[in-house]
Amino acid sequence: MIRARGLGRRFGAKRVLRDLDLDVPAGGFLLVTGPNGSGKSTFLALVAGLLAPTEGEIEVGVDRGGIGYLAHEPLVYRELTALENLDLYGRLYHVRERREQIGALLERFGLWEARHERVGAFSRGMEQRLALCRTLLHGPELLLLDEPYSGLDAGAVELVDALFAELADERTVLVASHDPERIRARASQELVLA
Amino acid sequence: MFLAAAAAGLLVAGLALALLWAPEDADQGFSQRIFYVHVPIALTAYACFAWGAWKALRLLWIRDARYDLESYTAVHMGVIFGVLTLVTGSIWAKISWGVWWTWSERQLVLFLVLFLFYCAYFMLRFSVESGPRRANLSAVYALFGVALIPVSFLAIRLAENFIHPVVFTRDGPQMSGSMLFVFSVCLAAMLALFASLYANELAGKRLDARLRELREALE
Amino acid sequence: MTYFADVAALARKDLLLELRSRDTLPAMLLFVVSALVVFHFALPSDASATASTGLLWIALLFTALLGLARAFVAEREQRVLDGLVLAPCDRSAIWLAKALGVLAFLGIAELVALPAYHVFFAPVGWELVAALALADLGLAAVGTLLAAMAAASRARELLLPLLFLPLVIPVVVGGVGATVADDPGRYLAFLGLYDVIFVILSWASFEYVVSE
Repeated sequence: MIRARGLGRRFGAKRVLRDLDLDVPAGGFLLVTGPNGSGKSTFLALVAGLLAPTEGEIEVGVDRGGIGYLAHEPLVYRELTALENLDLYGRLYHVRERREQIGALLERFGLWEARHERVGAFSRGMEQRLALCRTLLHGPELLLLDEPYSGLDAGAVELVDALFAELADERTVLVASHDPERIRARASQELVLA
Repeated sequence: MFLAAAAAGLLVAGLALALLWAPEDADQGFSQRIFYVHVPIALTAYACFAWGAWKALRLLWIRDARYDLESYTAVHMGVIFGVLTLVTGSIWAKISWGVWWTWSERQLVLFLVLFLFYCAYFMLRFSVESGPRRANLSAVYALFGVALIPVSFLAIRLAENFIHPVVFTRDGPQMSGSMLFVFSVCLAAMLALFASLYANELAGKRLDARLRELREALE
Repeated sequence: MTYFADVAALARKDLLLELRSRDTLPAMLLFVVSALVVFHFALPSDASATASTGLLWIALLFTALLGLARAFVAEREQRVLDGLVLAPCDRSAIWLAKALGVLAFLGIAELVALPAYHVFFAPVGWELVAALALADLGLAAVGTLLAAMAAASRARELLLPLLFLPLVIPVVVGGVGATVADDPGRYLAFLGLYDVIFVILSWASFEYVVSE
């Protein structure tokens, strides 16, 4: 699914990733760990295709419609409601039975009651839950999750754990975390960045 | 080295021919000889911008980072030749008509527009961190530049009709054979100068990049 | 057809954002009227109608610039543009939707500016209306692309006018020419030519501006 050879990325003079070789098979579960600034997010953005490598190459086995990318930012409009944001993404990803899908995800992540509220008024945890809805909306084959537990309360953390249990068998998952203990048992591979 | 020597030789030959051998212009006398410097410089500037845009197109096409440096270097040279065009044109205007600037001289006005355009190109580059994104943005802007050159030229011609009537023109009689010869030598000299400056600058910048990589590898 | 569905979804979202925040359009309307009033005081009393035409074009150019500076603010916050870029739709759809929005705002600003100009300065002829329609197309197309460029840079709002003004000098020439010259047809044709060249160029190159 993912094949990286000599992969490197610099930002200006600063080199964030260097000489990375990696293979992740379809259905694999890769845990990416390392301290802040070690290039975890950069690596996921390279896989997503948001950044281009400055050295080496990376091949990803799905086109961009098959990728679900959870970033640090929720990637939603603050002036729109949760429902309007998901509706926009549902249209852009050409999701079938859009309304039903969105309704089910909002239910699952406990945002149904807040669906008509502006995202700008959301707490950090609600934003993260909405971002998870956006990531999963189009049923992606490849999931790229950057710090998925960030900002979540205990209940939501369990929701994400349940999600992993469900996804791990059928999808390819890459998770970046600086606190990996929760996920390590599930991972089939680990990439440690320094 | 060969390029630099050729450029130097051609420059000396061109200037000598232009000053000593070319026939005296009937209307403008000796001062007309700046024509042999001004016009080749202007044409070389166009060549630089076109070369830069070609490299920009290659970058977007092939996505190889070295085209970014080549495109940037060509545009950089283009701006230097463009400024020289403005300076020599301004001197010529002063000698011929007694003013440093005239809006009725199309080529000068066009170079002023291009000067502003390519200054913005540098502002854009300085305002984005180096990397693939900056390469893309610069390439797209450089491509807009070559579309802008003919469109602006047309616009300046059209503007003359309602802004200023054309008073002065340099589209005088056809160049005689000897004038054309001198002109060609001068044009070749300027193009060779561009090529040697371009190669030199590019080699320097590549060396810088290599040095930086080596220093990083040592750390 | 999915291309136009994508454009419609994106344009609808921009409209919704503007309806909710009411940032851009009221500012453009107020600006263009204020600019016309300032120009009245800047023009000597014996200035010709031709001079006021030039000023109208300057006012509209800067009104467009005001709208363009805001065009990608919502996307830049929270990096929403990354989310749109990742979606499987053609990236040029993002440009087209945004340019249509800018075009609509500019058109509305002119619906206010033209009657004001008519009352304050000189009568408005068909040539001016036709030239504005053609000029708006070019301004919106080029401006949206450059606004995306400026949004990707550190200097942002500061950079946009520097990128924009040299590129739209031909639009001013065509617009003013169509309004004051004896043969407006040539200038309208020139504006049409500008539109064709730069709409195609902007449409084709937007992808490279928002992705790596």
